[in-house]
Amino acid sequence: MSSGAPAASTLTQRSPGTLPFCVSLLRRQLTLAARRPIEIGNPLLFFAMVVALFPLGLGPAPDQLAGFAPGILWIIALLSNLLTSDAVFRSDFEDGSLEQLLLAPQPLFMSVLAYIGAHWLTTGLLLALVSPVFALMINLPTQAIPALVASLLLGTAVLSLVGGIGAALTVGLKRGGMLISLLILPFYMPVLIFGSAAVQNAVLGTPATPYLAIIAAMLCLAIALAPLAIAAGLRISVDA
Amino acid sequence: MWSFFHKLGSPPWLYRIAGTILRWLLPLTLVTLAVGLCWGLLFTAPDFRQGNSYRIIYIHVPAAVVALAGYYVMAIAGAVSLIWRMKMADIAMKACAPIGAALTFIALVTGAIWGKPTWGTWWVWDARITSMLILLFLYLGVVALYEAYDNKEAAGKACAVLSLVGMVNIPIIYKSVDWWYSLHQPASIKFTGDSTIDPSMLYPLLLMIGAFYAVFTCCLLMNMRAEILEREARTNWVKKLALEYRA
Amino acid sequence: MYFQSFNEALVMDGHGGYVWAAYAISLLVLSLILLAPRRRQQRFLRQMAGEQKRRQQGPTVNTEVN
Repeated sequence: MSSGAPAASTLTQRSPGTLPFCVSLLRRQLTLAARRPIEIGNPLLFFAMVVALFPLGLGPAPDQLAGFAPGILWIIALLSNLLTSDAVFRSDFEDGSLEQLLLAPQPLFMSVLAYIGAHWLTTGLLLALVSPVFALMINLPTQAIPALVASLLLGTAVLSLVGGIGAALTVGLKRGGMLISLLILPFYMPVLIFGSAAVQNAVLGTPATPYLAIIAAMLCLAIALAPLAIAAGLRISVDA
Repeated sequence: MWSFFHKLGSPPWLYRIAGTILRWLLPLTLVTLAVGLCWGLLFTAPDFRQGNSYRIIYIHVPAAVVALAGYYVMAIAGAVSLIWRMKMADIAMKACAPIGAALTFIALVTGAIWGKPTWGTWWVWDARITSMLILLFLYLGVVALYEAYDNKEAAGKACAVLSLVGMVNIPIIYKSVDWWYSLHQPASIKFTGDSTIDPSMLYPLLLMIGAFYAVFTCCLLMNMRAEILEREARTNWVKKLALEYRA
Repeated sequence: MYFQSFNEALVMDGHGGYVWAAYAISLLVLSLILLAPRRRQQRFLRQMAGEQKRRQQGPTVNTEVN
């Protein structure tokens, strides 16, 4: 005898808790990113090509290049992050899954952190790990490379969080374009200042830890507050 | 008292009361501005070290002070419009952005012109100047974000969020001269204790700061009135105003 | 008045160019932000009044048979 009604246990299924939900969201984002490896490679390729632009434009004189190397590397990392920030929420906005996320019972704060975490893992982290190669290409003194990697690891996390704010506010706009850059570059500037200062100090031999500490402080502030702004921005964009 | 705030939420009432305030505030502003400018420009003695170029202080400092304060006004108006959903607060926030941008621009330009004879360079990338530049970009970002949205209600909310996020910059601007060694002079005017600036220079400076606050308020009220008219174009009171204007 | 002559006020011991340039630019920007809202309001009211007048006159009917 077949029963038409579903078993009682499926009716009383509870929605997943916050942490499992966010972990699965993170895994989803990473899986989606892994399915398009070219898109992960794009910022890295951009990084490589722009690093090549500087010796071409400024002349290959090793000492001059080495002097500018910390700033160059940081600026390029910043620009790569800027290019990828726009796409964090866009595809989910377009197919409606973002709206579903807003309706979900799990707190949006944590879900947003999952999105941004996935973004950082596929851009900033890779950038930081690959940066020693490019540092050698523009003659950055080798003693500065640990500071470079550390500053990029912490700094790109801040950049991803701040970039998420810009992405959330502009995801619903049709003529977004350059607007997201205009919005988030002012917030990128302090990170750039301290990030390249950390590397500069390492080049000179003085400790870079104070600057890394300040970037870490920025990261703490960003983790605590940026998701609030991102959540608000997403609600505004979806409701608009 | 709360009825006063509720009435502020009504567009025609706000339009009328802004007009009443402007009727005496605008002339007062212009007079104070003229008096302050002449006083600072012509009637004060030159600085011992900087000579006559220090006179730029009578525009540079007031513009910078009000640009900072204006950002707070914009952010608080944005917060009020988000939390209490007051349309008028939304209009106030939108009106603040271009004024703040203009004042920041004045502060940066006069600062650069002042820097040339004093420090020998038009620009230096120290903490305060850089963060003032960031402030200009923040203001312009708010203007750009507002224009990008088609739905004006969503535009106001988005700009409110952006202004609030940008508020982290303001304490940095204010305290940066204390935290970092730089060419920029630390604060001479203190609210507690004696100021390190001579009284004969302090009074015109305070007058000019007051004048710039008045300029900000006038521009804010005028912008709000224009914005209210445009938004309420379909209502009867605006149509009546238009007919009276013609007459 | 601190300066003895008009020429002295103009030159200011060599700093005159800077001071007057700074003041001029600032006054220009200030007058722009003070006048712009007024112009905007007047333009809007003028436009509205024109619309009202046209609406009152009613649609003009072309009675020519062509």
